[in-house]
Amino acid sequence: MINIHDIMETINMISEENLDIRTITMGISLLDCCDSNPEKACEKIYNKITRLAGNLVKTGEDIEKEFGIPIINKRISVTPIAMIVASSGGDPVMYAKTLQKAADATGVNFIGGYSALVHKGFSAGDEALIRSIPRALSETTNVCSSVNIGSTKAGINMDAVKLMGQIVRETAEITADRECIGCAKLVVFCNAVEDNPFMAGAFHGVGEPDCVIHVGVSGPGVVQAAIKKHPNATLGELAEIIKRTAFKITRMGQLVGNEASKRLGVPFGIVDLSLAPTPAVGDSVAHILEEMGLECCGIHGTTAALAMLNDAVKKGGVMASSYVGGLSGAFIPVTEDAGMIDAARSGDLTLQKLEAMTAVCSVGLDMIAIPGETPAEVISAIIADEAAIGMVNSKTTAVRVIPAIGKVKGEELDFGGLLGSGPIMDVNLNKLPTKFIDRAGRIPAPMQSLKN
Amino acid sequence: MKTVVSVIGKDAVGIIAKVSNICSECNANILDITQSVLQDMFVMVMLTEIKELNCTFAEFSDKMKALGKENNLDIRVMHEDIFNSMHRI
Repeated sequence: MINIHDIMETINMISEENLDIRTITMGISLLDCCDSNPEKACEKIYNKITRLAGNLVKTGEDIEKEFGIPIINKRISVTPIAMIVASSGGDPVMYAKTLQKAADATGVNFIGGYSALVHKGFSAGDEALIRSIPRALSETTNVCSSVNIGSTKAGINMDAVKLMGQIVRETAEITADRECIGCAKLVVFCNAVEDNPFMAGAFHGVGEPDCVIHVGVSGPGVVQAAIKKHPNATLGELAEIIKRTAFKITRMGQLVGNEASKRLGVPFGIVDLSLAPTPAVGDSVAHILEEMGLECCGIHGTTAALAMLNDAVKKGGVMASSYVGGLSGAFIPVTEDAGMIDAARSGDLTLQKLEAMTAVCSVGLDMIAIPGETPAEVISAIIADEAAIGMVNSKTTAVRVIPAIGKVKGEELDFGGLLGSGPIMDVNLNKLPTKFIDRAGRIPAPMQSLKN
Repeated sequence: MKTVVSVIGKDAVGIIAKVSNICSECNANILDITQSVLQDMFVMVMLTEIKELNCTFAEFSDKMKALGKENNLDIRVMHEDIFNSMHRI
């Protein structure tokens, strides 16, 4: 029989340290739903999603009950809708509403894929979809949107960056009466991945099979608890402890993924090895960094601590899963992490430091409330900076900022649930990057040799 | 399929009897029992075979949970695979 201490360790991780499966995400290709009549295309989309994902929530709940492990979200990701709009035409918002209807019918928490991939330029459907994002996110509740504006191989599409600054602002304005929630469902990517199970950036890439199951694990609390038990360990020993913990967490993700794939009759895709925090105490990435010895997340030393954490999580997780993918790394979404919220409130965590942190971890400037007066060109410049980090370092980076319309630095936004709440952070508005953003065009792809 | 029934709480007379009683009611075969006191807490772990259960797994699990609630104990029923996958390579 299994060792009683091992059994207790697992139970403790779940009951005391907030170990959970963050999401089971079903990826569904909609490429076969195109039709010359847009209404017919929407009908096909609805039918395909409800047919394949009809049992997703129930299966998730069954696994949760049998294995005794909480599965927080069940989600769906679909082919970037811009591709469907390109071939089927019609008002893109109609497709967003269809996705919402499918989400309601299947009972999933989120559906992602109201997306466009424009890292080199706009093709048919892309611009129409991007311009419709504010309306689509305002008129739906569970639909998530993402736009890929750059990649290491293509460079950065600055026309799209300029447009996205305006779109983020518009989305905030149109949902201003709801804490600007639209922006919490909109991500701008550089090097977006095709098999990401996490929202708001999940979409089903064109290289993926027709239908697939991805799993995203969580577990910052477990890592923090493991570090806490070794107050005098050296950093090398600490890395070893983090690796071992990440291995155990990921094994569970692999088990749940295999089980879900078997029960739904859908191939298993990947496990996303991420430390995904929630606003609950004891589920924070910032607290891991503080447990490592920083007085507060955001002070000098944070980037180094995060780099080690991120790398150790990957090293531990890779062996535990047969297929690793998605974003895999430590997430640092400010409003979704109790420790980050406190550090932002106290002023120890700034936007500048967050930008540095994104160079060494997954994913980017995530869930950051910025002053409502921030002009579109500054948002574009924030996106461009972040995309440049991703492009040069061959990694995924993203921006999900929320301009808090009508509010200023020091006030707070409160989204509730997993999206959390947080203070509005300081943005440099004294001098503007207007000329740079207005130049538009493309930033050429970077050198991949002569690395310095 | 085998499940691990774990009971955590303050030690008291008759805990094992009550848990075994539900196993017998539901036709779950007890394969192994271990108990220990860890950090002042009574911990009992029972491995059961449930392929011939006369009720659904959910009912079995809910009954155990209810028993735990009545007696101020934390009782969980979990598939053994979760422990195997986490602790064995």
